[in-house]
Amino acid sequence: METVQTDVVIVGAGGAGLRAAIAIAESNSKISVALVSKVYPMRSHTCAAEGGAAGVKRSDDSLEMHFNDTVSGGDWLCDQDVVEYFVQQAPLELVQLEHWGCPWSRDDDGSVSVRPFGGMKKKRTWYAADKSGFHILHTLFQTSLQFKNIQRFDEFFCIDLLHSDGRCNGVVAMEMRSGKFCRFDAKSVILATGGAGRIFPFTTNGAIKTGDGMAMAYRAGVPLKDMEFVQYHPTGLPGTGILLTEGCRGEGGVLVNKDGYRYLQDYGMGPETPIGEPVLKTMELGPRDRLSQAFWHEWRAGRTVETNWGDCVLLDMRHLGEQRINERLPLVRELASSYVGYDPVTDPVPVRPVVHYMMGGIDTNIDGETALSGLFAIGETACGSLNGANRLGSNSLTELLVFGKRAALKAVDRLHEGEASAAGNAEQAEQAVAGVRELLQRSDGDESLGAVRREMMNSLEDGAGIYRDADGLDQTCNTILELQQRYQGIEVHDKSNVFNTDLQQALELKNMLDVAETVAASARLRTESRGAHQRLDFTERDDQDFLKHSLAYQQAGKLPGIEWSDVTITRSPPGVRDYSGGER
Amino acid sequence: MSQAELRTRTLEIEVMRYDPEQDKEPHFRTYSVPCQEDWAILDALNYIKENLDSTLSYRWSCHMMVCGSCGMMINGEPSLTCKVFVRDLPDNVRVEPLANFPIERDLVVVLDDVMGKLQNAQTYIIRQDPPPADDVEYKQSPAELMKFKQYTMCINCMVCYAACPQYNLDPEFTGPAVMALAHRYNLDSRDQGRSERLDILGDHDGVWNCSFVGACSEVCPKHVDPAAAIQQMKIEASGQWVLQKLLPGRKS
Repeated sequence: METVQTDVVIVGAGGAGLRAAIAIAESNSKISVALVSKVYPMRSHTCAAEGGAAGVKRSDDSLEMHFNDTVSGGDWLCDQDVVEYFVQQAPLELVQLEHWGCPWSRDDDGSVSVRPFGGMKKKRTWYAADKSGFHILHTLFQTSLQFKNIQRFDEFFCIDLLHSDGRCNGVVAMEMRSGKFCRFDAKSVILATGGAGRIFPFTTNGAIKTGDGMAMAYRAGVPLKDMEFVQYHPTGLPGTGILLTEGCRGEGGVLVNKDGYRYLQDYGMGPETPIGEPVLKTMELGPRDRLSQAFWHEWRAGRTVETNWGDCVLLDMRHLGEQRINERLPLVRELASSYVGYDPVTDPVPVRPVVHYMMGGIDTNIDGETALSGLFAIGETACGSLNGANRLGSNSLTELLVFGKRAALKAVDRLHEGEASAAGNAEQAEQAVAGVRELLQRSDGDESLGAVRREMMNSLEDGAGIYRDADGLDQTCNTILELQQRYQGIEVHDKSNVFNTDLQQALELKNMLDVAETVAASARLRTESRGAHQRLDFTERDDQDFLKHSLAYQQAGKLPGIEWSDVTITRSPPGVRDYSGGER
Repeated sequence: MSQAELRTRTLEIEVMRYDPEQDKEPHFRTYSVPCQEDWAILDALNYIKENLDSTLSYRWSCHMMVCGSCGMMINGEPSLTCKVFVRDLPDNVRVEPLANFPIERDLVVVLDDVMGKLQNAQTYIIRQDPPPADDVEYKQSPAELMKFKQYTMCINCMVCYAACPQYNLDPEFTGPAVMALAHRYNLDSRDQGRSERLDILGDHDGVWNCSFVGACSEVCPKHVDPAAAIQQMKIEASGQWVLQKLLPGRKS
């Protein structure tokens, strides 16, 4: 097997992976970085983020306000030391991107513009029209091209981590072009593989978001933390699940039910604000969990609009006018017109909640370090507990910058400590490869990959959707376990070594099933309602028993074992989330 | 959109197949796909992959015209398959890999050439003077932003290369997307690397090789207009050439 010796291997070349790679490359040109990704960097799903990245910018704002918004937005499940560091570093990272050429939208005086965003008390979301993630990703990618010590391995699909005696020593991957396997021996491994929205049937997430890093860490014995917290974005296009940014509401778009009524005022986010004059942190600028939950109630009450693609509410942006929509929301206009045939300039656009983001992920500390020495995780695949039980829109783009850099520099520090031992790598890599070869060569499978995948997705939506209860979660847990069994009988029909996406999808399905079981099992045991995790049978937040992070550990043949760890509270004791716009 | 518009129509989709381990030449295979009228052609490929033939290989991810993975030839025209809709297509559709690139497998092409050109084009901010302090941004007026913003929209989907007659004739040609990106940095008020880039791109394989057919700009799914970028660079390159002849050693 071909072997690459490198100091650091980064898996995933989206925003987090690229930021980390640049930080390492800048810190020391002698440190070698292998940047391994299953797609070319610019295909990474960071490109689909639209609205912007949060960081305190204006004199009427403060780090403390950003801290408070994030902690209450996360329903007090955030680790507050992490939030403190985050809000402090956020503006610096956004200026850094500015220096690297990010085409941020500008005010007339030439300074970077900020827009309002859900759950944020002040305007602090830096944006590049409605393609902010795209521009951040391409700015990072293009900037990374100047560093000779970053070696890219594009379209290499990672199979598993290599580790022994509590230490991670590399990864094994498959080159898509040749089907050849490649072992990476490294002193540090940084996972930056993004989320796992594809475990659900209706998601904003691209096809590549299959939880590969989460599953690899989980199989290596690292716990996945707070996996029950899945964010539904309130405004997805029906049918495709394409995201319409929160910026639509930040700019003044309103949500109405089939009677034309702005229903959010009935769900603790009123009173109503005047059309065209959005007020921060209330009504349409409430947090995503609350807005998606309000949709569910309207739907149950029969006040949603029937469309060809299911029940919806309407996002009305007509009052913004064509010029403003073209300037601030051009992608939204193109997407809504193309995919559902509604032009926001002339029509209210049907929307419904759609799975968007995993608050949970690989358990890390503030430095991005996991329980497995030498293994780091950053971005959506990680859970450093910035976002708690509900992430505020525009915090995650900044998160991948702030903690991408911090983890990278920590990994550099660690290079000088201890001895990496790649002695066991060869054998482990061969084992992992043998598993893939067996899957590829199996010819007596009686299960269909597509069917197992569909059943997994539907089961999660049925049992672990916006609202959950014990019966539904029990059923989902059982279904996922059964699907794990059935997975053993799937057959890959494509036997080619060259760009075999049938094989890739089979490996991704394994990863998705592993992640899915942690979502269902964690949700089942959290018998309270907090943030994005809402139980119909336990409707209140329970700080006595559940002001805790859940940690899911893999157990062969059964559901994961769940342990609990403390939340770090520094200065904000659990309080009431107030989106009534009381100070308006 | 009315219910009637969402009716199903069966498309006969001819897909180019090629597995270098088995096939001497690419060939076509036809699939009958029951398509909804609101589908993109990408949805039809996904239907084939999931229901008819799991051995078909192609790239895709975002399904929202921004990741740039799914560029292919649809009835001979290069486009993103998530941007071409069933409602605009006849009953017979031919899907091929992007023209002007070697085929890796089925609808997947080899991108090494353009990725290599991008690697060399210095598409990042170059400074002669130090940047502002870590917490101070450059001032850039909305008008200065507008000068280059269009050229930042490139998603590297390579559709323009599939349309470019010059790239077809001469693979050494740097080509539209990379030139437009280099020009994007040349026009950015924060950048001071224009003359270095012109040293690379102002030569025969760069701007001077473009024959100004403008096909790149016509097919660009993001309206980047690489042809205009190359035209503007050509003017700059001739200016720099004259200056260097008159004042050797000077960088404009």
